[in-house]
Amino acid sequence: MDMNEIKEIFFQECEEQLAELESGLLKLNDGDRDPETVNAVFRAVHSIKGGAGAFGLDDLVSFAHVFETTLDCVRSNRLEPNQDVLKVMLRSADVLADLTNAARDGGSVDEGRSRQLIKELEALANGELPQAAAEPAPKKAAAAPAPAPAPAATEEGFQPVAFSFDEFETSEEPTIEPSTYEIAFRPKSDLYAKGNDATLLLRDLSRLGEMSIHCNTDDLPPLDRMNPEAAYFAWKVSLKTDKGEDAIRSVFEFAEWDCELEVTLAGGDAGDAREELPMQPVPFDLSMLDEEPAAQAGADEEEDQAVARQREVRDAAVSAAETASNVVRMAQAATQAPGDGGRSASTSAAAQASASQQAASAATPTIRVDLDRVDRLINLVGELVINQAMLSQSVIENDTNGTSSINMGLEELQQLTREIQDSVMAIRAQPVKPVFQRMSRIVREIADMTGKSVRLVTEGENTEVDKTVIDKLAEPLTHMIRNAVDHGLETPEKRVAAGKNPEGTVRLTAKHRSGRIVIELADDGAGINREKVRQKAIDNDLIAADANLSDEEIDNLIFHAGFSTADKISDISGRGVGMDVVKRSIQALGGRINISSKPGHGSVFTMSLPLTLAVLDGMVVTVANQTLVVPLTAIVETLQPEASAIHSFGASQRLISIRNSFCPLVDVGRILNFRASQANPVDGVALLVESEGGGQRALMVDAIQGQRQVVIKSLEANYTHVPGIAAATILGDGRVALILDVDAIVAASRGQSLKPEMSLAAAG
Amino acid sequence: MTNAAKNLTTGGRELIAFRVGDQEFCVDIMSVREIRGWTPATAMPHAPPYMLGVINLRGAVLPIVDFSARLGMKPSEPTVRHVIIVAQVKSQVVGLLVDAVSDILTVADSDIQPTPDIASDFERTFARGVLAIEGRMICLVELDSVFPSEEREAA
Repeated sequence: MDMNEIKEIFFQECEEQLAELESGLLKLNDGDRDPETVNAVFRAVHSIKGGAGAFGLDDLVSFAHVFETTLDCVRSNRLEPNQDVLKVMLRSADVLADLTNAARDGGSVDEGRSRQLIKELEALANGELPQAAAEPAPKKAAAAPAPAPAPAATEEGFQPVAFSFDEFETSEEPTIEPSTYEIAFRPKSDLYAKGNDATLLLRDLSRLGEMSIHCNTDDLPPLDRMNPEAAYFAWKVSLKTDKGEDAIRSVFEFAEWDCELEVTLAGGDAGDAREELPMQPVPFDLSMLDEEPAAQAGADEEEDQAVARQREVRDAAVSAAETASNVVRMAQAATQAPGDGGRSASTSAAAQASASQQAASAATPTIRVDLDRVDRLINLVGELVINQAMLSQSVIENDTNGTSSINMGLEELQQLTREIQDSVMAIRAQPVKPVFQRMSRIVREIADMTGKSVRLVTEGENTEVDKTVIDKLAEPLTHMIRNAVDHGLETPEKRVAAGKNPEGTVRLTAKHRSGRIVIELADDGAGINREKVRQKAIDNDLIAADANLSDEEIDNLIFHAGFSTADKISDISGRGVGMDVVKRSIQALGGRINISSKPGHGSVFTMSLPLTLAVLDGMVVTVANQTLVVPLTAIVETLQPEASAIHSFGASQRLISIRNSFCPLVDVGRILNFRASQANPVDGVALLVESEGGGQRALMVDAIQGQRQVVIKSLEANYTHVPGIAAATILGDGRVALILDVDAIVAASRGQSLKPEMSLAAAG
Repeated sequence: MTNAAKNLTTGGRELIAFRVGDQEFCVDIMSVREIRGWTPATAMPHAPPYMLGVINLRGAVLPIVDFSARLGMKPSEPTVRHVIIVAQVKSQVVGLLVDAVSDILTVADSDIQPTPDIASDFERTFARGVLAIEGRMICLVELDSVFPSEEREAA
C-alpha cells in the first residue's frame, strides 16, 4: 500500500468524520446536550487533525486545531453551545470540509473566510476563558501557525543556552518539578474494540518516569459469567514524573473516551479519586510470571479457553493481568537499555496491535469496496439473467411437454438469479443521508446570504437508493433548496407580518413508495404567486395573454426553460436556469417531479425516482418487425383504437379521440424510419404517454408483447447516441432491443427533427 | 515459429486477412478481439445504410458495419457463412461484417507498399497501404477511418 492509497483512505475517513461532525453539531443545535454528542463532535475534528498532521496538511491542521480548542471549551462546559456559538461552529465545519477537499483535489479555499472563522473561534475560546492559551495542546499542535514561545526567549533577545539533544526532544514541554501522580485508569471494553490496549498505554506511561502499578481484579466475574470481550481490570498507577499532568493525559489522548481516567497529584485530593474508583488496589508481583507477553486481547482469549476448566479461572485472570504488566516491565527495560529488550518489546507490541486490530475489524460490520468491482459484479449478474432467460426460452422451445426435470431446475435457477440480482442491487443501495446532509450546508449558506432565518428538517435519511441515483440527485436538489429558500420563504419581517414564525422551515423527506423513492421538499413560505407567474409567462411569450390555465398548469410553468420570477437576479438563483434544469435532470433519471402550492402556506415539490438505474420496467412492443421497449413510467394507458376514433387532420396528421378529447397519434415506426409510410392505426395498439411538456401523445405500435424488467445497456459505449432511443437492452432470445426515448419521440412528432442535440441525455 | 520469432525481432507485424466480394483486405491482428459468426442484428433508426444494426456480444451492445457497403460496394446479404470481425477502435468495440477470414499473415513493415496514386480519395482514406502476397494484392485497412467517430456522431 503506497502513500497515496493511505492518503485516499484518510480522505474517505475525513468525509465520514465531517458527516459525523455536522450531524453532531446539528443535534446540538436542536438542543441536544448529551456529553456524548459533544464528544463525538470533538472526536471528529480531532481525528481529522491527527490524520492531517500525519500527512503534513498544515492548513487543515491549523484550522482543525483552533476548532478543536473551541470545542474543548464546550466539552469541558466552559463554553455554552448556544445558537450563536453553533452558527460559528457549523460554518467552521463547512470550512473544514472545504479545506479537506482542497487538500485532496488541490483546489483553493476562501482564505479570508477561514481566517475570519479562526478569529471567531479563538474569540469564542478566549472570550469565556481567559487562560485559553494555557489549554493543553496535543503534541501535533506544535505545527500550528503560532509557535509556542520558547521558554528561554527573553526581551534581550538571543541568549545562548546549553542543551543536550536528549533534552531537546522534550524542550517544548513545560518543565515541572518532578512530582508523584496517582493515575486511576479503568478501560471500557470499547478501548479494546478500537484497537487500543491498556498495556500499550501503561508502557507509554512508564516512559514518563518511575512508576508502580497495581491491578484491580475485583470486578472479574466467575468464569461462567465472563464475557471474553469485556474489560474487567482497572489499574492504579503511581508515577513520579517531571513532565506534568498534560503529558500524562496526552498518553491517553486517543483512549480517554473509552476509559475512566483520574489523574491526581499524590497528597492532593487523591482521596477523591479513590472514592470515585470503587476498587481495592491489589499490588501484584511483576516477577511472578515469565510467560510470552500477550496482548490484553490475547489474554481475553486465554480467558475464553479457560472456560472449560473452572479451577483455572483465577490463574488465567491473574496471568492476563500479569502478561499486561509484563509488557510494561519489558518496556521499562527497553527505555533503560535500548537494545534487545527494546526490540522484543516493540515486536510484542506489534503483535498486540495486530491482534487487537483484528478484534476491532471483526467488530465493524462494513468493508470498503471499489465501486468498479461492484459494477462489474452487477454487469455479470445482468448477463447471468439474460443467459438464464435465453436458456429457459430454448428449453421451452425444444421441450414442449414441460414436465422434465430440466424445467424444474430451470425454474429454480430463475428464482436464484432473481435473488442474486436483487442482492447485488442492494449492494449499491445507499442511504440518501449524505446528500441530505449536504443540503443543510446549502440552506445555511443561502440563509446567510439572503438574511433569512431557515431551519432544515430532514426525515427518512436512511431511505436507500442506488448510488448513481444519489450522485445525480445532489444537483437538482441543490437547485430546489436554493429556490425554496430564496424564492419560497419570505423575509423574517414579512413572516412576522403574516403571523408566522420568523424562522422559516424547509422540510426534506425521503420514503419508499411502490418500488420507487419519493423525495419531498416542502417550505412554509408564501407559496407560488400565480398572478406573478402568469404575468411573467405572458411577458416571456410562454403563454398567450388570454390563455385560460388551471392553477396546476400555472404552477407547472415554473419548469419552463427561461423562466424566472425573481424581480432581481440574485447570486443564488434566478438566472432562469433553475427549475427547467431540475425537471430535465429528474427526468433523465427516469423520475417525475410535481409541484403543489398553497398561497400563504408554502409549496411542496414531490420527486419520484426509480430505485436503480440499472434496470427498468418496460413494455415490450413490436414496431415494423422490430422489438422495442417503452419505459413503463411514461405510459399512462394503452388502448386498441377503433376506426371511428381516428380522425385525419390536415395532410398527414391524425388525431385519436379518447373520452371526447383529441390526442395526436404518433406512428413510432414512421418516426424511427423503420417504415416508409404510416401504418393503419386500427391494426395496432396505441400507448398513451405523457411527456416533458405535460402534453399527451398516443404512440402507435404494432403489438404489445408484454411487460418485463429489463437490464439497461449503454448504446454510447460502442456506438453513438441515437435520437429517439434512450438505451438498449438484451431480451430473452439474446437479441438487442432498443429502449424508446419517449420525450424525444414526442418532441419529434411536434415537427422538431430528431437530432441528437434535441433529445434528452440518454439514461445512465 | 522461428519465422514469427524473427519477425518479432525485426519489427514484423501480424495481420488478419479477409475476403469481401472478390477483394482481399487485412487488419492488424492487435486490434482484433475475436471472430464470430453472423447473428441477426437489431436495426438502428436513422442509421447510414452500411450500419446493419447492433448485436449482443456477451452482454455488450456491438454495432455491426457492413464492410462491403462501407466501401461503397454492393451491400452484403448476410448469411450464417458470413463472419464478424470484432475489433477495438480507440475506446470502442465494433464489428465488421466480411465474407470470410482467409489468412493470418506475418509481414515486415517494409513489405507494405504505399497506396497507389491512382486511387480516389475515398479509397485512400481506408487504405494504409497494399501488400503483395503470393501474387495476390491485399489492402491494409485503416480501421479508424472505417469507423470515424465524427461521421458516426453525424449519422
